[in-house]
Parts: sequence; structure tokens; C-alpha cells
Amino acid sequence: MATGRRPRSGSTTASLLTGSAGSSPAATPAPSALSASSPWSYAPAPESRDVAQIRSRYGLFIDGKERAPSGGEVTITYNPATEEPLAEIAKGTPEDADRAIEAASRAYRKVWSRLHPRERAKYLYRISRILQERSREFAVTETLDSGKPIRESRDVDVPLAAAHFWYYAGWADKLAYAVPGRRPESHGVVGQVIPWNFPLLMLAWKIAPALAAGNTVVLKPASTTPLTALLFADVCRQAGLPDGVVNIITGPGSTGMAIVTDPRVAKVAFTGSTSVGVTIAKGIAGQGKGLTLELGGKAANIVFEDAALDQAVEGVINGIFFNQGEVCCAGSRLLVQESIAEEFLARLRNRMSTLRVGDPMDKNTDVGAINSRAQMETIGELVASGVSEGAEIWQPACDLPTRGWFFRPTLFTNVAQSHRIAREEIFGPVLATITFRTVAEAIEKANNTAYGLSAGIWTEKGSRILHVANALKAGVVWANTFNRFDPTSPFGGYKESGYGREGGLQGLHAYLRSS
Amino acid sequence: MAKKRRQIPIPILEPIEVGSESPRLEVRRTPKLYIGGAFPRSESGRTDQLALKHGDLANVARASRKDMREAVRVARAASDSWGSKGAMVRGQILYRVAELMEGRAAQFEADLIAHGRGRRAAAAEVSAAIDRVVWFAGWPDKIPAVLGGTNPVASSHFVFTIPEPTGVVAIIAPESSALLGLVTRLSAVLAGGNVAVLLASESAPLPAVTLAETLAVSDVPGGVVNILTGRRAELIPHLVRHADVDGYDLWGCPDALMIEAEQGAAEHVARVARRPHGSEDHEDAFDGERGERIDALSAFLEMKTVWHPIGS
Repeated sequence: MATGRRPRSGSTTASLLTGSAGSSPAATPAPSALSASSPWSYAPAPESRDVAQIRSRYGLFIDGKERAPSGGEVTITYNPATEEPLAEIAKGTPEDADRAIEAASRAYRKVWSRLHPRERAKYLYRISRILQERSREFAVTETLDSGKPIRESRDVDVPLAAAHFWYYAGWADKLAYAVPGRRPESHGVVGQVIPWNFPLLMLAWKIAPALAAGNTVVLKPASTTPLTALLFADVCRQAGLPDGVVNIITGPGSTGMAIVTDPRVAKVAFTGSTSVGVTIAKGIAGQGKGLTLELGGKAANIVFEDAALDQAVEGVINGIFFNQGEVCCAGSRLLVQESIAEEFLARLRNRMSTLRVGDPMDKNTDVGAINSRAQMETIGELVASGVSEGAEIWQPACDLPTRGWFFRPTLFTNVAQSHRIAREEIFGPVLATITFRTVAEAIEKANNTAYGLSAGIWTEKGSRILHVANALKAGVVWANTFNRFDPTSPFGGYKESGYGREGGLQGLHAYLRSS
Repeated sequence: MAKKRRQIPIPILEPIEVGSESPRLEVRRTPKLYIGGAFPRSESGRTDQLALKHGDLANVARASRKDMREAVRVARAASDSWGSKGAMVRGQILYRVAELMEGRAAQFEADLIAHGRGRRAAAAEVSAAIDRVVWFAGWPDKIPAVLGGTNPVASSHFVFTIPEPTGVVAIIAPESSALLGLVTRLSAVLAGGNVAVLLASESAPLPAVTLAETLAVSDVPGGVVNILTGRRAELIPHLVRHADVDGYDLWGCPDALMIEAEQGAAEHVARVARRPHGSEDHEDAFDGERGERIDALSAFLEMKTVWHPIGS
């Protein structure tokens, strides 16, 4: 069964951590089922990039127009799969943020809040439709800019983004039903800062409910993945959205802070790391603003002995290797019952050996490129800590591209709960395995984290699912499935994973206040 | 075999005349803290003299940081069993608090009068406070239907969202609305299944003391509500940084301490509820519909969403 299994390598830690091609951890790698000489290897299936017209330079989107940054500076966004520069991006300054907020504020007062809700709804439906029509362009742009596999941007990110606009479009003229008995009101100008792991989808999660509730928006995309947000600016123009209703400011974190701390911004939404979330929350303390935070996670994926093992293996693989593990709700801790641990891990290693790591633009690729060099270093540093703290590392033999930022899928066993790889969010394709004996022990270990975003349960016993789901301190519990998202379904965390929800009616509430 | 009896002289007592003009001496109450179902004095031994109407004085316990930490500790210990109580049971326990408050209406009124409220206003506030507890007693078994639900996802999954309590909530009770504001904010937190560490009004703490004495004989388990009296400026900066407090109701937080309070809460990603825009810390801030709100209830609920595939 365990064809891909190899003994723990004796090579240096450094070679394990670079992840680059030719630095295979094993002294003598077992032949991979995917190597070119294998009759089972895949022929290249590259997606055409012609559909995405990436310009050499992008400005800021303020008041419906593209503007040069006030400071005149630009940064460069790279293709993580090739390390090639894609475009020059405006480095927005606090002065630019000020202009954008002024535009959003004016648009709120003069246009958007006066518009009949039915008309607001129709703008959002339009945006949803345009996203569907231009879906391939968005998927390709997303993959080029972020490094995520085209299969995921095409099948997950873009369709879900369109679905979010569609879902919230319908709420725009039904707000009275969202808070029965109370009078719902919009906040005004909303400041939003989003991360690089799902650039377009996070934009949709933020902008769709904000506009539906009647707010106007100033949004800052992540520095390394601005392209789909800037392409979205074009969608706003194409939809005829009134000027200033959506403003997009690219730039560093300091520009994001300038947006959220501005007194004219009445509500703030942030998705990203817990440390930045805390900085934002402290920065706006005492300003009376609404705040929702969607922060880090360290989800436990719990596999009980009666689970359907092959399905559980697929779920664990999806849980940690979806989007290279750069997912806040990634199932980064595998809790497996001791009685089946050996067999389960053998099947898991076998499955990991068949993961196709490489060119994100190849339609067969499972694991794409890591988003940035900085993130590569973070992952490498944490993996090194896992080795030095005494956990056992295993990586499949797979050829990695010679250029670009790629990290080999990594499995740790013999992990203690005190290890950094069991406590800190790695945001990479690294799975830490911990075993347990009883249901109570599984629950205790799963909850033994400062985070509480998501969790997975794998068992064929219904009553156990409900018991464990009830006891887990996590905002999303996937039972016999993992990493599922839907606009109708709220998403967000307990504890240090943040507060507030995105998606569903609960996600709409965050953008309303009732009198 | 007869015993020899010794003669003992019997003293003759003068009878004391009880005159009708001499009033009975009142048995005063010592205002104490309420922690874990017990009524300790502050471990620091400190009290603050509080001037009451007609020149009376009360020696109100001045809680220390250590009292506060102890209150958080017992609240945490009580949290799981209170949060997992059946919704209807929680509602009935709250209703029972209203029943017992009704029996102590005279004392609540006397407390408010001692703090300077007029007789008629005090009676009205007590009635409103009891009715407010009843209003919240009806909420626990309706929260999931109003705030949670099932989610019609596009894929083949059954998905539901249920609200769960956040855990330990520290309440800075309203300063001016010493009884109605107090029970409004506290009932909201309890109805959601959370446990509370409550910092009473600094200028008018007696209704909170009486409420503690009411809760002690109610069905609310010890530790579920813990009430501290004392100086806000002294306690708030430490309370907001206590990492085992999951949420803060800052409705009654003085403006001067607001930034510090929210920053402290932010450091451990605690949830925060506060005074809505435009509302002031007035005696009548919770009258009628202004108080029948669930913002202090929903602020301390976590939405848990559970997915399961549908298949044969």
C-alpha cells in the first residue's frame, strides 16, 4: 500500500527547507509515480495566458478613475511560479487614501445611500454577471499573480466570487428582513484590507455585503496580489457603478492603516494575520467603529478509527494542500486515532506521492507556487523548527520547477502539542500529525490552540459527529468534508481567529447597524 | 438520700421601660462583593465611604485586582455548565430571578432612593428592571432561530449555523442607570449563555449589591455572575488585559478610559460591545424599547457552522 513511503532521510535540514528542485530530501529517492519515465506521467496541459491582458503599469482606482499615486512611487508584482515581474503597481500613500475616502464619502452621501435599494441590487447582479462572463480572464490573472493552481482559481475562487455578488445582490432590497423589527442602516464608508491567499474571493467577501447594505468602500488589496482587484475596478466601470462607490488603493500596510484609522471610515473589515488584526483593533480603539476580523487558524482535522479511510485521506489532503496550504482555515493539524495511525499515515504518504507540484498554469497541477519569497522563508523557518524540536519529517519525491517559489508537500509525525509546528500558523503545505486514543482526548487536543477558525471530523458515526462538533471551539466544522465555502454560509472564527462572520445573513449583519 | 440544697440568692432585675417614642435601631447591611456565590469583603480589606441621601454613609467594598482575578477564575469554572444548559432551562432560571426581584422590590427602591432617585422614579425603575429580566428570559430558546439557521449551499451538503456563547464576559455596568441598565446588560449576557464578571456603577452600587443578594438565593449557579464594587479607573485597565476574559461589555466604560479599554481587549482579540452611537450614559438610557435590544446578547455569541455531505 505504502508505495511512496521512504525512510527518514539523513540529508541536511537545509536541503529539506529550500524546497527547490534537485534538493530531494532522500539520499536515494524512490521512483515517483509521476516522474517523466513513468508510463503514468501526465502530459503538460497548460492554460493559455492570452486571455489575460496584463498591463505594464496600474494606477489607483479612485472616484471611478485611474489615478497615479501621489508619491509617484511604484512597486512590482511578481509571478511566484517564475519570479518574473508582471506589472508595476502604484504605491498608494496616506494622501491617496484620503482622496479615496473623500470620494467614497461623497458617493455615499450623494448617490449610493439615496439610490433605491432595488437599483443597488441590480448593480450587484451586473457585477456578478460580468465576473461570470470574464471568469477565464480573472482565473488566469489570479493564477499568474498569486501562484495558485489554475484548477482552483477557475473552479473555486472566481465562481465563488461571482456567487457572493449574486447572493448579496438579492439582500440589497430586502434589508428589512435581515433585522426583523429593527430599522437597518448602513454605516457609511467602509475600509477593508484583504490578504494575498484568495485575492479576488476575499474582495468579493468584503465588497458584496458592504455594497448590498448600502455602504461605499475603500479597499486595499495585498501588496503581492493586486491584479485581480485592479481588474475588478474595470468590472465596476463596465457595470456602470457610480463613481466613488468602490475605490481600490494598492500600497503597503501603512496605507491600509491610514484607511482604517481615518475618522470618516465608519466600519472596518480585515482578513489576515492575527498580529496585524490586533494592530488594527488597537489602532482604531476608542473611535466607535464597527470591526470584523478574520484572522489566523490552526485547524485540527480529526480522523476517528471508524472513518472511511480513503475519503478521509482525500479530505486531509484537500485540507492542507488546497492553495498550497496558504489558507487560514487549512487543516494543518492531523489528529488521527492511535489504532489506525499507522495505516492511515501509510495511505496518506502514498497519496502525497501522487500530488502534482509545479506550474500553476498547468491544468493538472495540484500544488502550485508559494505566494512570495518572504512566505517561502517563513515556511522554511517553521519546518526547520519542526525538525530541530524533534518531530519526524517526510516529503514525497517530486520534481520541482527550477525557477519560482515551490515548497515540497511536507508531513510531520511524532509531533508534540508544544512544538511550534503544532501551535503556529505555517500557511504552507505542511501537515503536523498528532495521535489520540479517546474522543475526549481528541476534543481536548483539537481545542488546545489559541485559534478557533475551523475543524474537520472524519467518522461514520452520526452521534459522534454532533457531539464533537458541539464541543469544538471553531467557527466552521466540516464533517466528512473539508474546505467548503458558500456565500449562504457564514465563515469566521472563535478566540484569536477573530470575530464577526462573512457570508450568509450573519455576514450581512456586520455591514448594518440597526436603530 | 435527700440532697442538701444550697440556697442561691436570686437577683432581682429592674424592668426596662420601652418607650413608644424610642425608635428601633436599624440593622444595617454590609455591602460586600459577590464572587463564586459567596459574599467576601475585598481581600485587600479596603472600603470606600459613599455618601447616601439624608447624610447616611455606606462602606462599600473596594475590590482589588486580586478580587477581580478571583472573580474571573470562578467565572471560567462556571462557564461550561452554564453555557451548555438547555435553552429553556436558562430562560426559566432568568425568569426566577425576576420573581425574586419582585419580592425585593422595596429594597431595590430604597437603594435607588438612597442614591438620590425620587420615590416615584425609583418605583418605576424597579418595575421596568423586573420586566426587563422577563423580556430576556424569553430569549434563550429563540436565539438560534433568529440568529442562526440552515444554509442553502450550492453543493450537496447539509449546513447549519448555531450561535454559541463566547464564554466569560466582563461587564462595565452603566454608571447612571444603576438598576435598569445593570439588569439589561447582565440579562443579555446571561441569556446568551455567557457568564459574567460585573463592575457595578461606582456612584450608585447599592442596586448591584441587592441584585447579588437576589442572585445568591436564585437558581443561577454560583460563579455565573460575579459582582465587584470599587473604583473603575483602578480596575478597568487590568480587567481589559485579563487574557481569560473573552468579551467586554464597555457600555458603562467612562469615555476617558475607552481607548485604553479597547486596546486592552484588542490585545487578546476579545469581543467588545459598547454604547451605540448617540446614546449617553443617562438614567433613562434603557427605558422602553431603548433597552429591549439584543446587541449585548449577540455581541457575545459565536456562530458555529457545521457542514456534512448529503449522500446515500
